[in-house]
Amino acid sequence: MIASIFIVISSLVIIISIVIFNGATSLSIEMVTQTASGGFYLGKGGGILNAILGSLFLALPATGLAYLISIGIAMYLQRDFSHHGVSGFVRLSLDILWGIPSIVYGIFCLTIMIALGIGESLLFGIIALTLLEIPIITRSIDESIKMVPHGLKEGAYSLGSTKFETATKVVRKQAMPGILAGVLLGLGRGIGDAASILFTAGFSDRIPTSLFDSTAALPTTIYHIFQMPYPSVQQKAYAAAFVLLIIVLSISIISRTLSKKSTKYVIK
Amino acid sequence: MDKRKFRDIICTKLMLIVTIFVSILFFLIFFSLLNGSSLILGEYPITDLLFSSVWKPRGGEFGLFAVIIGTLIVTGFSLLIAVPISLLSAVYIVEYAPKRIRRMVRPFIDVLAGVPSVVYGLCAYIVLVPLVRDFIAPYFGVTASAGTCVFTASLTLSVMVFPIIISLSVESFSAVPYELKEASLSVGATKWETVRKVIFRASAPGILSAILLGFGRAFGETIAVNMVIGNQAVIPSSIFNQGQTLASLIASSYHELMSIPRLESALMFVALVLFIVVLIFNLLGVLILRRTKRRWSF
Repeated sequence: MIASIFIVISSLVIIISIVIFNGATSLSIEMVTQTASGGFYLGKGGGILNAILGSLFLALPATGLAYLISIGIAMYLQRDFSHHGVSGFVRLSLDILWGIPSIVYGIFCLTIMIALGIGESLLFGIIALTLLEIPIITRSIDESIKMVPHGLKEGAYSLGSTKFETATKVVRKQAMPGILAGVLLGLGRGIGDAASILFTAGFSDRIPTSLFDSTAALPTTIYHIFQMPYPSVQQKAYAAAFVLLIIVLSISIISRTLSKKSTKYVIK
Repeated sequence: MDKRKFRDIICTKLMLIVTIFVSILFFLIFFSLLNGSSLILGEYPITDLLFSSVWKPRGGEFGLFAVIIGTLIVTGFSLLIAVPISLLSAVYIVEYAPKRIRRMVRPFIDVLAGVPSVVYGLCAYIVLVPLVRDFIAPYFGVTASAGTCVFTASLTLSVMVFPIIISLSVESFSAVPYELKEASLSVGATKWETVRKVIFRASAPGILSAILLGFGRAFGETIAVNMVIGNQAVIPSSIFNQGQTLASLIASSYHELMSIPRLESALMFVALVLFIVVLIFNLLGVLILRRTKRRWSF
């Protein structure tokens, strides 16, 4: 038993130390402040700024959108709004969506793109990530909303507030730690996912200027660099992985501290 | 009508709309993938697609059998490695570990769940590939292994599945009522006997659903597998040979997508197969978990 927990923990330690060790040696100022230039994939200069910004442009709007949709769904799943059978069915479909591989979301968006005649674009990258994040965020918000005591809501109703006001002003505040944790969990998943944006956001060396530009992101950049046959180029993948891992780890740390902080507004 | 009530009605309707959207989303995905693959399904019979093992898009052959076999081997092998290790870890966390260690381990597992798959792939490529090529494969008498093989992919996947199985089974182990354990210990069973005969048995459905959800994750993993499996759409003759999985096949066809006719439709068919299999297994997992919750509501 101790051996198996040791395997689990050490695999994480190995992953983090490899990325930090290899990434820190190949990371330089120009890697994070320049976009990829023509010879970047052959071992010449340039950096991954386009990928870092691309990742943010993809994941932040996607998380925002997914949050808006998720909070609507999670609020609607309360007893106050929906019938027991309805919420059971919606929860079941969310559970199923949660397990769908991200590549399937990517291909699904590809079918829409083909139908509409739109090429690889930032817009559809955002849509694919939004779909991917909705079940993750909704489940987490739903769990924390379930914990909100019914008496609290009744108190709000008895003062004459509407259902919507109760949901946004009382339930949302009470469930804040769970909502924050869910959103940041979704953001972490979205920023690290490559399979869903491989076909939808495409790849580019420039910083996207409109919603219909194709764009690079950190995970897809790592994937593309990795496929180059030159070891000197592959070193750059570690730099990108280092940046990605730092982002993901800091999201996880922020999530912990924020949800601790926001607990002080929760009425126990 | 006053403004507050009006806003209440509008927003409630909006919430209803997004809820409906999400509940029909998987029908939407299913039918659009089906529609996308209708082109290939119209030209080749479905048995040909599933049971012919020649995948040569350039020659117009789209047999998925070798890839399906590869997927099953990789997924099965990764679960074979991951399940015992994760279950033992989960038991240790719930039953044996001192409180201090328990509190330390939890964040580690959360972080492990959050590591992007492309990072897993990269690390597997730098650590596992040379390890398998230079040590593990020769140890089993295979000298010609390239290191990028089915076995490496399974190892990578098993690490990715750890956090899912561990966190779900920790949940179901902690739900076993304390009286059951006490009763077992009081009749003289040792701690391990209690774990084996009471805790494992009482939370068997929970474990099963954890494994099924882990299966879904391993089955659909794309990028990490793609980086270490070697990407040859042939039936691997040993686990140290190169292979291919369904999800990874989609990603590796990325560069050829526009140049080969019907490939797009074939990939949508692959996605449809993935979708259906994962759907079935997740549905099973979720339903089992729900049943348990009803049965064990002490």
